[in-house]
Amino acid sequence: MTFRPLLYRCPLIDMTLKPGSTDPALIRNFCIIAHIDHGKSTLADRMLQLTGVVDERAMRAQYLDRMDIERERGITIKSQAVRMPWRKDGQDYVLNMIDTPGHVDFTYEVSRSLAACEGAVLLVDAAQGIEAQTLANLYLALEADLHIVPVLNKIDLPSAQPAKYAAEIAHLVGCDVADVFQVSAKTGEGVRELLDSLVELVPPPEGDRTAPARALIFDSVYDTYRGVVTYVRVVDGELSHRERVLMMSTQATHETLEVGVISPEPVKADSISVGEVGYLITGVKEVRQSRVGDTVTAASRPAKKGLAGYRQPRPMVYAGLYPIDGADFPELREALDKLQLNDAALSYEPETSGALGFGFRVGFLGLLHMEIVRERLEREFGLDLISTAPNVVYRVVLEDGAEVIVTNPSEFPEGKIAEVYEPVVRATILSPTDFIGTILELCQTRRGTQLGMDYLSSDRVEIRYLLPLSEIVFDFFDQLKSRTKGFASLDYDEAGEQASKLVKVDVLLNGEPVDAFSSIVHADAAYNYGVAMARKLKKLIPRQQFEVPIQAAIGARVIARETVRAVRKDVLAKCYGGDITRKRKLLEKQKEGKKRMKTVGRVEVPQEAFVAALSTSEES
Amino acid sequence: MPGLPPDGAPAPADGALPEHALSALSKAPFAIYLHVPFCAARCGYCDFNTYVLSAFGPDALTAYLSAVRRELDLAARVLGKVPKVTTVYFGGGTPSMLPVGEQAALLDAIRQRFPLAKNAEITTEANPESVSPMGLDMLAMAGFNRISFGMQSAVPKTLATLERNHTVGRVFEAVEWARKAGFRSVSLDLIYGTPGEAESDWRASVETALSMKPDHISAYSLTVEPGTRLAGRVASGELDAPDEDTLADYYTLADGLFDSVGLHPYEISNWARRGHQAKHNLVYWHSGNWWGIGPGAHSHVGGVRWWNLRHPRDYAQALEAGRSPAQAREELTPEQTHLERVMLGLRLAEGLAMGELTPAERKRVPELKKHGFAVVDADRLRLTLSGRLLADAIARDLVSV
Repeated sequence: MTFRPLLYRCPLIDMTLKPGSTDPALIRNFCIIAHIDHGKSTLADRMLQLTGVVDERAMRAQYLDRMDIERERGITIKSQAVRMPWRKDGQDYVLNMIDTPGHVDFTYEVSRSLAACEGAVLLVDAAQGIEAQTLANLYLALEADLHIVPVLNKIDLPSAQPAKYAAEIAHLVGCDVADVFQVSAKTGEGVRELLDSLVELVPPPEGDRTAPARALIFDSVYDTYRGVVTYVRVVDGELSHRERVLMMSTQATHETLEVGVISPEPVKADSISVGEVGYLITGVKEVRQSRVGDTVTAASRPAKKGLAGYRQPRPMVYAGLYPIDGADFPELREALDKLQLNDAALSYEPETSGALGFGFRVGFLGLLHMEIVRERLEREFGLDLISTAPNVVYRVVLEDGAEVIVTNPSEFPEGKIAEVYEPVVRATILSPTDFIGTILELCQTRRGTQLGMDYLSSDRVEIRYLLPLSEIVFDFFDQLKSRTKGFASLDYDEAGEQASKLVKVDVLLNGEPVDAFSSIVHADAAYNYGVAMARKLKKLIPRQQFEVPIQAAIGARVIARETVRAVRKDVLAKCYGGDITRKRKLLEKQKEGKKRMKTVGRVEVPQEAFVAALSTSEES
Repeated sequence: MPGLPPDGAPAPADGALPEHALSALSKAPFAIYLHVPFCAARCGYCDFNTYVLSAFGPDALTAYLSAVRRELDLAARVLGKVPKVTTVYFGGGTPSMLPVGEQAALLDAIRQRFPLAKNAEITTEANPESVSPMGLDMLAMAGFNRISFGMQSAVPKTLATLERNHTVGRVFEAVEWARKAGFRSVSLDLIYGTPGEAESDWRASVETALSMKPDHISAYSLTVEPGTRLAGRVASGELDAPDEDTLADYYTLADGLFDSVGLHPYEISNWARRGHQAKHNLVYWHSGNWWGIGPGAHSHVGGVRWWNLRHPRDYAQALEAGRSPAQAREELTPEQTHLERVMLGLRLAEGLAMGELTPAERKRVPELKKHGFAVVDADRLRLTLSGRLLADAIARDLVSV
């Protein structure tokens, strides 16, 4: 039996370029901008493999995706930035691959990863072409002055059209078709060459090693065991282990309990220095204490001026979240508290609804954010929730000049309104040219104003619209997808507000408004909304012992009316000796069921009716 | 006894009753029900505890008859000295599946063990198809003084849907024979709301029934019970069950027609001429005491309810082994007793004494009056016609326990 020496190579121990002492000229910081499914995870896997950070045996498909699941469960530090060694022409370099959040329409989050890089790989599926969200992120990267490395992926697919999409990308980025890399992350073809080119093309970070330390926080994550882990890009100077650091916006100081880099597991270091990307742990318990966009500096020798940060994310969409079982309210509160540890953008306040009981009005960055939060609350915390229809934030100016910010339609002021302002967005839609007509029609019916239209290639078009956000939050995306057979993609970002003719439509049951159904809609759409809602409720509300009018009204003016006829018969025919026990038990059970009914305007409404009425309907 | 038996606590093997239950015997009328769990054929709508007699071996009837006698022995033993039996009711299934001699003998068996009140009401149910003039004479001579015929409908199409094999003509004859035999009260059962039954069909059935001048009518809206052939045919779309509004219309129609000939409602589904209310059924509705003899039969004595094993074989085996045939029983809590009293009282025309209601429940009465569902007179809460149709909903809303 021959003894073989262990040749396992641990890349970090072996790494010639140690964290904290790497010449910035040898560092390349980049991110990958890609649409979901365009192969970002596979490309990242291939890079981890080729650079030796993860060896063959340890390699699992989609290494970073595994991290995603763990990150969601809050048990592992998420892999936000991976440090990879790469040798080119005999010279060792450090490549920092900075993860852009998986949810690419979190523009705000994307912009924070972009600020930590000098270059961006624009990864596009060679069979599908660029999507609107990717395009939006590309513009962000261009605005941030990043060097763009355009890459077509999946060239091994039979349906790939590399020539066509290379031309499209070259047109967008303003480069030659020949500059567009063609790779297959799946087979590894072209990835080695891409890594070499990243060294060549992405500019090294610039910064002053001797200046007071300045590091930009680009992410901040709560970890159950370690507290808040803060991801930073060091711009000037260095941050060391066991050093007092100062958060420049809050002026709070903390001691660094640990600094290090991720490769792809956390690796402690003595310091991280100019141009590097790494993490620090200070023992704080809430991500808000280590705010994304803030600048970290050394307390002993603070920098004079912070780095340009990010604007604080502002909730764009609000919805009421209520536990289906009212007894779960404390659990819901606890779950929201936990989610907020990791999600500084989440805001919530308790509210009470006559129809739904105790719940929270929750502010979200957008619809996707709302969906994710809701899904996590249900999946990870086992809660059954009802969500009211999402609404945007309205600014109502009263005749006396007073201003009311409305985040819940039932709080819309009555009468004496001078003007109502609603948020608008700039929407970008990319689509095959076949669907131009149908897209314009959709945007027009949603009160859109066309801003422009450009052909990306002979058969692909970019359409830009100014749209009220409220028109998008409901089912715009679904409509767009269904009307374009799934080919169109959408992105939007905030574009201020506009004054609009908006009214509040109330829904009344037996003369009493049901707060959960109040909605703010454009005056022209109010009638249709009222009629649709009244019809829907008529189908959902069980007949009572008396006739129940369902009305939709603007103020005192009724715009739609339906009637739930009274139930006339609710009695079992037979009740003899052998029926009594069974009938009594049935009655006892029905009485128990009654307790789960909500009573609105003396009308008993089963919880399910509210759930169904609030779900996105097929009619809308 | 439709449907499956309720869940309950185990019943003691000797059938013994607690002292407090027995002490109630002197406070309320005592009745005996006897269940005959056999039919010539199963009707498609029926989910009663009944079996096709021919499906059993030749000894089935003999086994049943001796088991029933054993249970009568058990009842006499458990109850000890009982007050007079005010009513006896032979129900089914089809009691007329028993030879009339056996029916008479069973009534005698009851008499041997229990004292019958002098003017006791003694009822048997009969299928118009399985009676004869002589048989009815014999029953009357044996002491039966009330008979209830399952007429169901006068419309052949409806009878066919119900899978009833008699003709309307046969009902006329049966009623006439019963009168001649000397039955004091003749009752007819009707069913409304059979799939396919038009309002004119129902009216025809009611008018036909009234032309026979019955003393009593029970009219039941057809309940499509899960698991029956009828339920299958409705589920498959072959038949259309009428909606509750139509049933309410049919009820209202019948109530008016009955009333016009002096048949007054005294319970949701029962109408009678003066003096012809079914005393036996009133025992149930007044929470009186009764012993139900036979497979699947239910009993109630002083707040204890129990029910027998359903299958005739299991039933007979238990008794043969010297055990009580009770499958399970329950002792009513005060809340349950209250709920039953309200639920049963509301079904009766005489209504519910306001004193039965708690103060909180009494506060809900004005609401019922406002909607026209109830009236209060002589300090009794009584449902109106529209209220009767909602009796279950009203009981649910009224009772706070």
